[in-house]
Amino acid sequence: MRHHIVLRVIAKMLVPVILLFALYVQFHGDYGPGGGFQAGVIFAAGVILYSLVFGLEAGMQAVPPEILRPLAAVGVLLYGGVGVATLLLGGAYLDYDVLAHDPVHGQHLGILLVELGVGITVASVLTLVYFAFAGRPALSKEEQQ
Amino acid sequence: MSFILEVFLLAFLTVAALAILRMRDLFAITMLFSLFSLLSAGLFTVMDAADVAFTEAAVGAGISTILMLVTLTQSAREEKPGFHRSPVLPLVVVWITGGALLYGTRDLPTRGDPAAPVHTHVAPRYLEATDEEIGIPNVVTAVLASYRGYDTLGETTVILTAGIGVLALLGIPHRRRRKQDDEE
Repeated sequence: MRHHIVLRVIAKMLVPVILLFALYVQFHGDYGPGGGFQAGVIFAAGVILYSLVFGLEAGMQAVPPEILRPLAAVGVLLYGGVGVATLLLGGAYLDYDVLAHDPVHGQHLGILLVELGVGITVASVLTLVYFAFAGRPALSKEEQQ
Repeated sequence: MSFILEVFLLAFLTVAALAILRMRDLFAITMLFSLFSLLSAGLFTVMDAADVAFTEAAVGAGISTILMLVTLTQSAREEKPGFHRSPVLPLVVVWITGGALLYGTRDLPTRGDPAAPVHTHVAPRYLEATDEEIGIPNVVTAVLASYRGYDTLGETTVILTAGIGVLALLGIPHRRRRKQDDEE
């Protein structure tokens, strides 16, 4: 893609906007459509667009797979950890009411953390899957036959 | 107006599905899959299901298309011609299944029917109590993350497990060392 100057310029302009939009969808999911899952997918799409245009190595340098691998588990642990925290605070598993003094505030906090966990896991798993596929060498014409 | 839009989108969905069936060029089929997802997302938007439309557009039209394209680089561009078998038996099976499905839809409630079971079970409870108990305007998020928090925890675990499965099959991606590049 080294010679596609238009693609490179447009992608360079679009990638930050896509990542920012993903964060908006992530943290505005309580009020508008969207949530952790959609935000994670959009974030991964931004990273994938970057690696498509600037090459896989550049993508892996910006978002190292060694960091993504533990992050995929961190998301699920954050989700489960909120449940354990509610247990320790005297509520049922994933009963966010006990997280703050006011049950409604507790619900807000719980949903925010849980959705963040979903977003982290989805974004890192999808990016890792793309890296795993794209890292394999492409087949030559003879092999395709 | 929404009725015309729905007919329009459904007609295009059918055209896309038929085109996918007839084609052999896998790249064109992938693009048509993406178009199919985008049309579905439009259909969901017309039905006021914004969250579902959002997911369909991001996952169906976006990520899965890219993953299919990346898979195509590992595979042939054209579909190989299949074996020539008699189409009679498959046709009979398809007709019987389709007939049974059409017969089954006669018992379904019409869309938007307030007396439908899905609208009389727990949905009214969620709609009435979300504002007071959760205090956020998006009921879908309230149901997903709070009322049905266990389900979403399970789904997140499924995504992690699927990722582990793919990495176990394809190997964990890692950056190439510069020195190895030079040797190659």
